[in-house]
Amino acid sequence: MSGQTQRLNVVPTVTMLGVVKARLVGATRGHALLKKKSDALTVQFRQILKKIVSTKESMGDIMKTSSFALTEAKYVAGDNIKHVVLENVREASLKVRSRQENVAGVKLPKFEYTNDGEVNKNDLTGLARGGQQVQQCRAAYIKAIEVLVELASLQTSFLTLDEAIKTTNRRVNALENVVKPRLENTISYIKGELDELEREDFFRLKKIQGYKKREIEKQMQSAKMFAEEQVAEKLALQRGISLNNAQNMLSAAAQKDEDIIF
Amino acid sequence: MANRAQIPTKNSALIAMIADEDTVVGFLLAGVGNVDLRRKTNYLIVDSKTTVKQIEDAFKEFTTREDIAIVLISQYVANMIRFLVDSYNKPVPAILEIPSKDHPYDPAHDSVLSRVKYLFSAESVASGRR
Repeated sequence: MSGQTQRLNVVPTVTMLGVVKARLVGATRGHALLKKKSDALTVQFRQILKKIVSTKESMGDIMKTSSFALTEAKYVAGDNIKHVVLENVREASLKVRSRQENVAGVKLPKFEYTNDGEVNKNDLTGLARGGQQVQQCRAAYIKAIEVLVELASLQTSFLTLDEAIKTTNRRVNALENVVKPRLENTISYIKGELDELEREDFFRLKKIQGYKKREIEKQMQSAKMFAEEQVAEKLALQRGISLNNAQNMLSAAAQKDEDIIF
Repeated sequence: MANRAQIPTKNSALIAMIADEDTVVGFLLAGVGNVDLRRKTNYLIVDSKTTVKQIEDAFKEFTTREDIAIVLISQYVANMIRFLVDSYNKPVPAILEIPSKDHPYDPAHDSVLSRVKYLFSAESVASGRR
């Protein structure tokens, strides 16, 4: 992906700088929290995994015992109980209830098995022969169901936790590798722009000062010259002639005056 | 939070079974079987005459039915539809692989355990016992 750590397009003002800084703080805090959550979830995950492994082993054993019990029942009560049982299926008396549990912030499902206690049509199975074996077989299978339900709830929470861990890790990585660098780049860009503006202002100010200085100097120069001329005029007046008048008389004398004979 | 998987809090959900005859009979004896008004059952008995297609259809039906919370499936049956079982990743209903009389439990083929094989380093249950 090109331009992965670009900056956000913002107007480089001081306000935006504050806003982006606040966002960076938020992102950092969120990143730390999510990392903690991911760690907690992983701990739970491993615990559940261990329980699953041990429960699966025990489940294998329990199923074996139940199969034995069934074989015994078949042997004693005759092979026909299969058909009797198949015929007698009506409503399930063993059902499963699902609840939600909140573990480290993740909703995990939990199964509990409930015996609805309705009339078991199978109570009369094996009445002719082998009733005790049938009852024993039933008890063995009920115990197997208990273990299986627990295993099922462990497995579902395992899968849900897996998903949750993946999502959280994805968010952590996104924050760490995309959001934070972007915000940091934006902050440095805004700072750079602000510095440049400040330098422009400073430069402009300096230039204007320079102009003003030169203006002032020019004015002082002209004021000085004017002042010198004034002083010279005054001196001339004191001596009774004005430089100007003297010049006028000379030029007038250059013209022909009729009063003068020669 | 976006797209959390639906975990319904139901009060009465059934346990479905796809297994060989003896296992199913045993569980029916315990009272897990259910036949509803339309003669739809929550179990499928797999014998030598059942086709893979039937098993697939039953599996798909059980996993899409709303009132089934757990699906018990014999391991050798699961091996027949391994691709379906492995690609299934919804948390509910839960798929459990159970051993049958002729095929004892083999953790190497369990779909859930094989998925987390990478988590185990040395003491790997899913990679077979030594």
